Amino acid sequence: MSQEDVLVGFAAIINEVAGVPVEDVQLDKAFVDDLDVDSLSMVEVVMAAEDKWGVKISDDDAKNLRTVGDAVAFINANS
Amino acid sequence: MSCEVVVTGMGMTTPVGGDVESNWEAVLGGHSGISVIPEAWVDDQNAKIAGIMAVNPVDVLDRVESRRMDRSQQAALVAAREAWAQAGAPEMDLDRLGTVIATGIGGVTSLLNAYDTLLERGPSRISPHMVTMIMPNGPAAIVGLEIGARAGVHTPVSACASGAEAISYAARMIQSGRADVVVAGGAEAAIHPITMAGFAAMRALSTRNDDPEAASRPYDLARDGFVMGEGAGVVVLESEEFAKARGAKILGRYAGAGLTSDGHHIAQPDPEGAGAARAILAALDNASLSTTDIVHVNAHATSTPQGDIAEAVAIRRALGPATDSAYVAGTKSMTGHLLGGAGAIESIYTMLALRDRKAPPTLNLVDLDPEVNLNVSGAGVTDLPSGDIAALNNSFGFGGHDVAVVFRSV
Repeated sequence: MSQEDVLVGFAAIINEVAGVPVEDVQLDKAFVDDLDVDSLSMVEVVMAAEDKWGVKISDDDAKNLRTVGDAVAFINANS
Repeated sequence: MSCEVVVTGMGMTTPVGGDVESNWEAVLGGHSGISVIPEAWVDDQNAKIAGIMAVNPVDVLDRVESRRMDRSQQAALVAAREAWAQAGAPEMDLDRLGTVIATGIGGVTSLLNAYDTLLERGPSRISPHMVTMIMPNGPAAIVGLEIGARAGVHTPVSACASGAEAISYAARMIQSGRADVVVAGGAEAAIHPITMAGFAAMRALSTRNDDPEAASRPYDLARDGFVMGEGAGVVVLESEEFAKARGAKILGRYAGAGLTSDGHHIAQPDPEGAGAARAILAALDNASLSTTDIVHVNAHATSTPQGDIAEAVAIRRALGPATDSAYVAGTKSMTGHLLGGAGAIESIYTMLALRDRKAPPTLNLVDLDPEVNLNVSGAGVTDLPSGDIAALNNSFGFGGHDVAVVFRSV
């Protein structure tokens, strides 16, 4: 799975959950500080990512996902 | 020292319309909002009909905000935005702005849907928004956040009297000096196979499935139960002094309320109508009005065999000979029964009747039950007198809750 495919997948999830425009979801953007994804929405993003890529993201893992790039790297390393 | 409380904004979404004026046009025109529920689950239900909101709130609201809200919260927000806009969205000291939005059952459909998710996919797939979607104070909290209310956000819960109790509570927040403006009303969206089965088990629902528009027929001899409805009604109440100082247009006048309880039975009305009659008299006393001032009653009139008679007895018991000059209308004949939303939407209909001096019809009244000794409006619109007039809205709830609210013409 290419990094680009996972990024596109995350963009769709974040758009669905938090209404962030797809084009704003870039690797260097931070979920909370840049995209305004609050902690409850982040739980939804994690759930949707688990379902989409068949991975398990623990609460400890999720805490380390500060940017979209962190999340894309996690998916690529674990799926 | 009590102050005058006026209404400066109204909003609603119901089975007959997505805003106030479309509602009023439909109600005066005698249009029914009742239909067969278009879901496969109705097949094995005894009652297969309901009043579904004419305008789906998710088609009006932002997609992301909608998915975090229960349907009752969505309805409340739609109605509140209409009311708040009509009131001119006043910029004010938010510490003096309150919210009181009632509900009968809260986010019951969200809870039941979450249970389905739990069984099918496990606890890890329960939404982080589930708790705030199911809490009964959710609609009040959503509306309070929308307008930034900081004088207090409250949720009376008294089954089908909840919406009327909210308006009474809000008025008292203003009269007691806690707030200058309070956004108040009620919301309900509880159409689900379990709630339908529960009310049907009580034999409370109409099963006239083959003729939905004729199913809700208050006071008619052939009535066989109520029809579930959904939606919300919200008003902006404020002290007259505050409204005048900011140049707001006054749409209606809250005159007073009476709240009592039957002390009789958990679900059946007191056949003597004593508690309901005391509520009506208490409302008149609170409003400093007499029985002869009441020219119109928007009755609770759910179309249940027992309830309609008990209310008729209560109205005559309270108003006495003045009953004959009060046109009684049962608008649930068109909207169905919005449970915790009913008292709010019907308070709005009552104020619109005073505004236009027209009492709405009672749909499907073909053979007036001889036990109903009231001046019930039939198929057409009835003109109300000129001059200073007042009207009454009754709301009663399972649990023996009796709430009467009185409004005066502007």
